[in-house]
Amino acid sequence: MSDEMLHTLLTALVPLPVLLPLVGAGIALVVRTRTGLQRAVSVTTMSLVLVIAVTLLWGADTQGRLLVTVGGWLPPQGITLVVDRLTALMVLVAVTVTFAVLLYAIGQGRGAMDRESGGNAPVPIFHPTLLVLLSGVSTTFISGDLFHLYVGFEMLLAASFVLLTLGATIDRVRAGISYVFVSLASSSVFLMALAMIYAATGTVNMAQLSVRLAELEPATALVLQVLLLTGFAVKAAVFPMSGWLPDAYPTAPAPVTAVFAGLLTKVGVYAILRTQTLLFPGSPLPDLLLWASLLTMLVGILGAVAQDDVKRLLSFTLVSHIGYMLFGVALASPAGLSASIYYVAHHITIQTTLFLVAGLIERRGGSTSMSKLGGMATMSPGLAVLFLVPALNLGGIPPFSGFLGKVGLLQAGAEQPTPLVVALLVGSVLTSLLTLYAVSRVWSRVFWRPPTVAPVTEDNRLERRYERRFALAPGVVAPTAALVLVGIALTVAAGPLLAVTDRAAAELLRPDGYVALVFGGGEVP
Amino acid sequence: MTPNLLLCLLAGLLVGCGVHLLLARSVVRALLGFLLLGNGINLLFVVAAGPRGRPPIVGLGDESQPMADPLPQAMSLTAIVITLAMTGFVLALAHRSWQLSRSDVVEDDPEDARIGLRALENDMSESDFHGGPGADPRHVDPDEAPPGTVPEEDDGTHPDPDAAPPGSAPGKRAEPGVPGSDDAAAGLDADRPDHVDPDPSTPEPPARRPGQEGAL
Repeated sequence: MSDEMLHTLLTALVPLPVLLPLVGAGIALVVRTRTGLQRAVSVTTMSLVLVIAVTLLWGADTQGRLLVTVGGWLPPQGITLVVDRLTALMVLVAVTVTFAVLLYAIGQGRGAMDRESGGNAPVPIFHPTLLVLLSGVSTTFISGDLFHLYVGFEMLLAASFVLLTLGATIDRVRAGISYVFVSLASSSVFLMALAMIYAATGTVNMAQLSVRLAELEPATALVLQVLLLTGFAVKAAVFPMSGWLPDAYPTAPAPVTAVFAGLLTKVGVYAILRTQTLLFPGSPLPDLLLWASLLTMLVGILGAVAQDDVKRLLSFTLVSHIGYMLFGVALASPAGLSASIYYVAHHITIQTTLFLVAGLIERRGGSTSMSKLGGMATMSPGLAVLFLVPALNLGGIPPFSGFLGKVGLLQAGAEQPTPLVVALLVGSVLTSLLTLYAVSRVWSRVFWRPPTVAPVTEDNRLERRYERRFALAPGVVAPTAALVLVGIALTVAAGPLLAVTDRAAAELLRPDGYVALVFGGGEVP
Repeated sequence: MTPNLLLCLLAGLLVGCGVHLLLARSVVRALLGFLLLGNGINLLFVVAAGPRGRPPIVGLGDESQPMADPLPQAMSLTAIVITLAMTGFVLALAHRSWQLSRSDVVEDDPEDARIGLRALENDMSESDFHGGPGADPRHVDPDEAPPGTVPEEDDGTHPDPDAAPPGSAPGKRAEPGVPGSDDAAAGLDADRPDHVDPDPSTPEPPARRPGQEGAL
């Protein structure tokens, strides 16, 4: 196959991670009354997108950036889709965890969500909504147009609103209302930034913005940059805009919380990464981002230490570890960005796994409150292993990927030893230790200590019924175990993966290549 | 480009009022705030579209005059459509909230309030110090699942997993035999918003309380 043909084929794949889930969502909605058919449609769609994502990553890594001008409308008026290494890697990780969550939800059975919400859950909408969510996430990753990015955000937000309030019980409505308003407010800030950017530069095409924003007065550009950062930081749950997250996530069904924890905040981190490197390469605002990163890490993890509910504890560690990704962005060096990208891939996988395990704990033990749980290690040794591996990974125990990502960040930080960076190095290590403390607290209380609930001995029939009701079906264990294995694979394949993230970081630091690609190497209008 | 001052001031006014309303606890007021905010931002797009009076379509009127910039119009139309969809969702949510609790006020997170209360009282869970409730045989009793609670977990008619037996409130059962500690635990539970304002459509299962006392 000639190079040109290969390039044409790869380019044809670029819009598919957005289109296929949308088409799949439509079909899944039409066949909503037939469970088997709906499952087949969703699984087929996810498998196809997974294969496409792998191909795109291979293509972007070997052939360079891929460009599509949507509908043949030329930039800057038309929308451009650009796939580079960062985009392809993000799409691949996103599809992987969403696929695992979909399989988990299928394994859980339709009855599970009905039971959780008192029989009111409109479950047939779960699959279509999850597919729309994936489509929105892919849109934000692939888009080369800032307004299109906003539309992608709104797609994934609308899907997330529906998923978070699934069944509309009193808890979920309460959590949903505050989540919806925080999201709408952050989108409004983003939209305001878009209007001002258009007024100042006359374009929303990211390649053209990369050129025109540099020509603006520095003060004007700074206002636009801070507005964009504020909007994205709310979505990424960066302190002090992180308070909404631990309140919103724990009430949703386990698969929903898992996919949110993995993807939604990382979409914000991706947007920060992209705008900081492509639109504002000249002003990385290191001090502001370093302070935000340090406070996010420390406040998040101190919140986690105080929690009693496993899901809330994990939500706080999620906030805390956003700080690590921001650290690498703030350093704005090749090593920092590379470690940050690796950390995003690691964290999406691990956090989703841990929330799925929390769902398993809830199924097996009937609760996620640590004061009610106990003795799970003897009750379910397999589940204990499934928790321990990603938990140690999150805590940064060698040789897991969490350790590798943190070492990468520490090395990148040590290259620029200003006092603030040194404070961050200390903060990172401290956060890592406190994360280990928080997850080992879960381990010792939920798994290690003797059971809190004494087995019902006087009535064996009832006991057997209890066991059967909460036994873990292979359908939920297998996807979780698969994600644990993906987490281990991030360690095993760390060499090639870090090589890819190194090249992705180098690519991000050369925005002129991006601009040249979009405008065909010609003059930027 | 010279922006239109009047439109800028109007956008500022709308955004200011919008932010003020968005900070309210009432869902409907916050929604009105979001709508005002959205309209203010759409005006910003109009400002960004350039001077007034240019023809919107080529071929109508004076051909020598430049056409109005269509991009901001397309963008604000998109934003209006998105705002409409989001408004529909929030209205449905507000209606559901009113159905469930007869109020449209955004409640505090009960779990957050509980953790905060424990911090205020400097209350440590005893399982951080001992081997857990199972290490002390006296601790097993209050938590022992009475046979009645097992099918209750199963039937799924009760949507609130937090509505546990009062005795299981953490850190409050060091001495199950002392009535005071149990009262304190019950009091702690009663302070939680979900107990103050129970869901009228799903009454508290009556089987719990007697079963609990039987176990004690």
